[in-house]
Formats: sequence, C-alpha cells, structure tokens
Amino acid sequence: MSAVAGLAQAARRGAVATALPALVVRRLGRVDYREALVLQEELVAARRSARIPDTLLLLEHPHAITLGSAADPAHVLIGQEERTALGITLHDSGRGGGVTYHGPGQLVGYPVLALEEPRRDLHRYLRDLEGALIDALAGLGVKAERAVGLTGVWTACSKVAAIGVRVSSGWITSHGFALNVATDLSFFGTIVPCGITDRPVTSLERELGRAVPMVEVEERVAGALATRFGRRLA
Amino acid sequence: MARIEVPMPQMGESIAEGTVLKWLKAVGQPVERDEPILEISTDKVDAEIPAPASGTLVAIEVQEGETVEVGTIVAYIDPEAPPSSNGGAPAGEAEEAAPVAAKAVANGKRAVPEPAETEAPVDQGPAQPVAATAPTPVVRRIAEEHGVDLAQVEGKGHAGRVTKQDILAYIESGKAAEAAAERTAPTPSPPVAALAPLAPEPAKAAPPAPSDFWKAFYGQVQHPEFPMCEGDRVEPMDKIRRLTAEHMVVARRIAAHVHSFIEIDFTAIDQVRKENKKAWEEQGARVSYTAFVAWAVARVLREFPHLNGTISGENIIYRESVNVGIAVDLDPGLIVPVVRDTDHLSLLGVGMKIIDLAERARSRQLAPEEIQGTTFTITNPGVLGTVVGMPIIPKGTSAILGTGAIEKRVVVIDDPVTGTDEMVIRKRALFSLGHDHRLVDGADSARFLSRLKQVLEEFPADA
Repeated sequence: MSAVAGLAQAARRGAVATALPALVVRRLGRVDYREALVLQEELVAARRSARIPDTLLLLEHPHAITLGSAADPAHVLIGQEERTALGITLHDSGRGGGVTYHGPGQLVGYPVLALEEPRRDLHRYLRDLEGALIDALAGLGVKAERAVGLTGVWTACSKVAAIGVRVSSGWITSHGFALNVATDLSFFGTIVPCGITDRPVTSLERELGRAVPMVEVEERVAGALATRFGRRLA
Repeated sequence: MARIEVPMPQMGESIAEGTVLKWLKAVGQPVERDEPILEISTDKVDAEIPAPASGTLVAIEVQEGETVEVGTIVAYIDPEAPPSSNGGAPAGEAEEAAPVAAKAVANGKRAVPEPAETEAPVDQGPAQPVAATAPTPVVRRIAEEHGVDLAQVEGKGHAGRVTKQDILAYIESGKAAEAAAERTAPTPSPPVAALAPLAPEPAKAAPPAPSDFWKAFYGQVQHPEFPMCEGDRVEPMDKIRRLTAEHMVVARRIAAHVHSFIEIDFTAIDQVRKENKKAWEEQGARVSYTAFVAWAVARVLREFPHLNGTISGENIIYRESVNVGIAVDLDPGLIVPVVRDTDHLSLLGVGMKIIDLAERARSRQLAPEEIQGTTFTITNPGVLGTVVGMPIIPKGTSAILGTGAIEKRVVVIDDPVTGTDEMVIRKRALFSLGHDHRLVDGADSARFLSRLKQVLEEFPADA
C-alpha cells in the first residue's frame, strides 16, 4: 500500500482528522435526474459562499439519457415514444461532453468541490477524477486505465466510467462521473455514448464476473476521491 | 478611454483552446468583477468565466459556438463607460487598454481571476440579461438542421429559454415539419452582391453568408474513431493537422476533382539557370525549379481566368489578383504560404519570395495574411522523388498543379538538322493538374497545360 493510500485510510479512521479539509459524502439512493440538477445548483452556490464543505453526492438515477454541451442529438438513437415505453427520460445537463445514459446499477458521483491551486486546471480535474476511479477499481480487482484523448475510465477496450463536469465561477465543480457497477448495458444501445461508436461499454460486474455490493463500490470510490484530492472523509 | 481585454483564459496547462458556449452578458450591460460573463467548453468540461474587472461590457469579439485559442480576446470591458450608452466602441481604441488578464497570460499560465463571490446571473429569474435567454449553439444547430424557426418553439428553460429538450420535443411533435412546409414558399435571401462583384447578374440563391456556410460544413466533418490496441500511441491532433484534416475532407467533398497530366522538358529552364547562376549568386539569391514554374503559371493564368477563379454559390468569381500558393512541407505538417501578385514579379522576385516564405513557414513565423488569398496552388511532391501526384484542390480555388520529380529520361525527338527521329537524354518531369470540373472542363485543363508546357520549354531569357 502506498503512503498516500495509507494516509487516506488513516484519514478515514480519523487519525489525522485535523490535518486535512473535510469531504462530506452524501448517499442519496435513487434520485430523479432533474432533482439532482437542482440540488447541485444549490450546493454549488452554498460551496462558493463556504456555507458547506466539499461534498460528494453518491446516487443512482432512474433511466435517463442526458446531453452535454457537446452532445450531438443524432447520438440519441430512440425517439420520444420508444423512450416513454422504456421509461427513459431525456435531459439537458449543463455539463461538458456528449450523450450518456444513466440508470439503475450505475454509481453516479457528483463531487461539489472548491478546487484550489494547483488543482485549478480543467484537464487536471478530469485526470484526477479518472485517477480516483482507477484507484477505486484497482481496489475492487479490476485493472482500468485512461485512454489518451478520450476522457473516461477504460478496461481493456471498453468504457466502464463516463465523465462530464462543470466548473462554475470560483472553481466550484459539479456533475462528475457515472461508473457502471451492475448496469443493464443494453440500455447503452439507445445512444452513442459520448459520440464514440466503436468502443463498447462495460460494467464492473461484467469485468469481475460476479456481483459487487453497491455499498462496497461507494466506499472505495469515496475513499479514492478523498485520497486523490487530499481530503478526509466526513 | 481604456478598455480591459477579456482573453480566453488558460484554465489548465494543457488546454490550448476553448469554445464559447454562451454569453451570460450582452454588450452594453454592466458587469461586476468576478461575476461570470460567459461559459466556455473544453473537452468534457463546461466552465464559467468571470469578468476580470467591473465596468460595462462594450464588445463581444467571439460569438457563441466559436472555438479560439487561449489568449484570444473574447470581449472588452470598459471600466468607465456607462451601461448601454455606446455599445460597440470602435476596435481601434483597444491599443491603450489595460490588459490585466492578458498580461497574466503572457507572464505565466493563469489568467483566471480570483473566485467569484457573485451568483451566476443565469440563476436569477426576472432580471435576466438578454444573452442568457438566447438559445445555446447546440439548440441553434438543431434548429438549423431541422429547419426550425426558434420563435415557434415554446421555451421551458430559465426565463423562457428554449432548451435542447424543448426543441427535440418540438421536432418530435411533428410541428417542425408542418411549419417548414409552410415556409418553403419564396423567402427573401440576403444580398450576395459583395460575393461576386464581377458577375453581371449575381444569382439570388445563396442563403447563408459564406462564412456560416463553411462553418456548417466544417461542423459536419466527423472523423470516425477506431479501437486502440495495447502498446498503441494515441495523441490529439495539433492545430495544423486538424485544420488540414477538415480542409481536405471538405475540399474533396465540394470540388468535382479531375486530374490531367503532361510531361515537361527542363532543357530550356536549365539553360536560363546556367546563364543567370552567377548573376543571381552575386545578389545572394537562389531560383528554384518551383520558382520557374510559379512564374510561368502566373503568366499563363492571366489567359485562363477560370483556373484563377472559383464557383461561389450560384456564381463564378474570377479573381483579379493572381496569388500563387506554394505548399511547404513542415515535416510534420503542411502549410501553403502565398506569393501575392505573382504575375507582377520577375523570375528572381518569385524565387526570392518563395525562399523567404518557405524559411519563415518552417520557423513558424508566417503572418496570417501570408497564408490567405491563394487563387491557385502549386505542390511539389517531386522534391521527394514522387513521379506524379494527384493533389486535392484547396477550397475556394479551382485548380492545383502537382510537379513530379525531375529525372533524366531517354526521349525521342526530331533532329532539328536532319529531321529524323533521334534518342536523346533530357531532364523531364510529369506535371499533374487537379481541376474542379464544375468550372474547368477537360479541354480547358489541356489548353492550360499545353500553354504552360510551351512557356516552360521556351523559357524567356529575360524573365
């Protein structure tokens, strides 16, 4: 175990509780996409005025297709009727990136952080999120990596986590990542994820060949994020 | 009056450019320091950009949907101007501006002001600035693609803004098709007079302004992605590569490419070179084969205005100037600097200009105007040994000449004295002319090449 990972574990136990700023983790269960948007807006405002500490929202969405600012509407492959039949809602998101799918079995993480130097770097923030997820996956026994030029987290040749973020004035982050844990991957057939046509989407369950409790994944992800950003879990 | 520049900020070490997603403030509106005034997008991140100073937003230089390099001025703030008194102050007054943020870009990496304490105006209901209710580029693009009049779409976003969801729902509802059908009746199109001053009666069917048209076309260039394998190296395209990739796809898509070939004998040119070599050397000049070709091409082009023109909408533009562009290999990369008014230069002048441009191209010191305005292009794959090439015609022009390798060949000629067939060894090269068959027919191309061959093979001593 690396010194940093050890520090994080220690941090989780509260051993160095005063040394690091807090990261509050809020597990919200299943939340409608639109509600989560409103909540994030409020948290961003609150974080900017320092009314709350850095906060990580962990949740699941019901079936939803969301469009980032770079989304090509042609990458939504099913029409309104079919979406209604499948119980999928369509949303404008306010994050960067293309089209993605959210649904049950997917761990969605929305870190609302006030970035400080030297982390005030949009690319670095993306790489930090990827790094945290890669660390978390490693802890769960899945080897994942970055793909140069393609934001997200990838196993051998498949995408396991999608990333799309927003940085509001004052370097306050919102939106974040969607990690497929036990996602029904057939729903990705309704979109072209992030405009990438030829690289399949995968899930943790598929990579491991067994089910993983969501709570275990949440633990790992929260821990890895805290470590990566030098925060203590609170 | 000092105006403060608002540059596209460097929001990360490896970030070279950003796309303006949305202006949160309109020209003439007051802005507070650190208040978000626009949203940008880069890769998978959307970010708000705060004002570097308080004042009035007096000019917006980069429109929504445009992508510019870091450091490019996107707007000007006047710290003294009263709100909306004089919206667009003349650009000429920018010199003595106090470029607070721009200086930050020059000095270090960051031009991002301190954290904003104010709320983004997009969150506030009634006091909505005009720009914030304007549709995003994505919405506008969808509207354009589907021929939807945005005014017909009910906006359910903040302050009645039409969101992507609204327009997608509208299109799905089928109303778009109905409305579009009603509108197909004659609509007045914008004037195109400036487009083709030489055309006797410019045709009236050129709906979008040229820049919008090309923007739309470039927007459609999508390079398919391919799977990677272990050990593969992947890196993002640099700017020249990306522009070249887009340009080639678009140019290839638009022009009706045809290629014709001719073989040129360099005996006369070698003679001129030999005779002038000493004189040129004394002037410190070199005159390459390409210079000979460019000089001859420029003269012949005067006789063939089609090849120095282009189809533009429903019109043909015949260019007044003959500006020969010379493709320069940057290894890696390609750039085409232009020899302006090539037909007004002497052979020596063309030669010196080409050497100057090529050297500065390789050291990346060309000014923007030195790579614009080409009316005809010469590319020289022969310099690397290629016998002949079939180059793509750059957009906005109708022809490109490819010069193959100059090699000694055995050829059969009429003996000038005896009139019998004779085998001789001559320096020759294959030239290819790529021409846009929309404007240049095969016979035109043949006549041009024959005339060019004649000039090159009987090269005047006093060029």
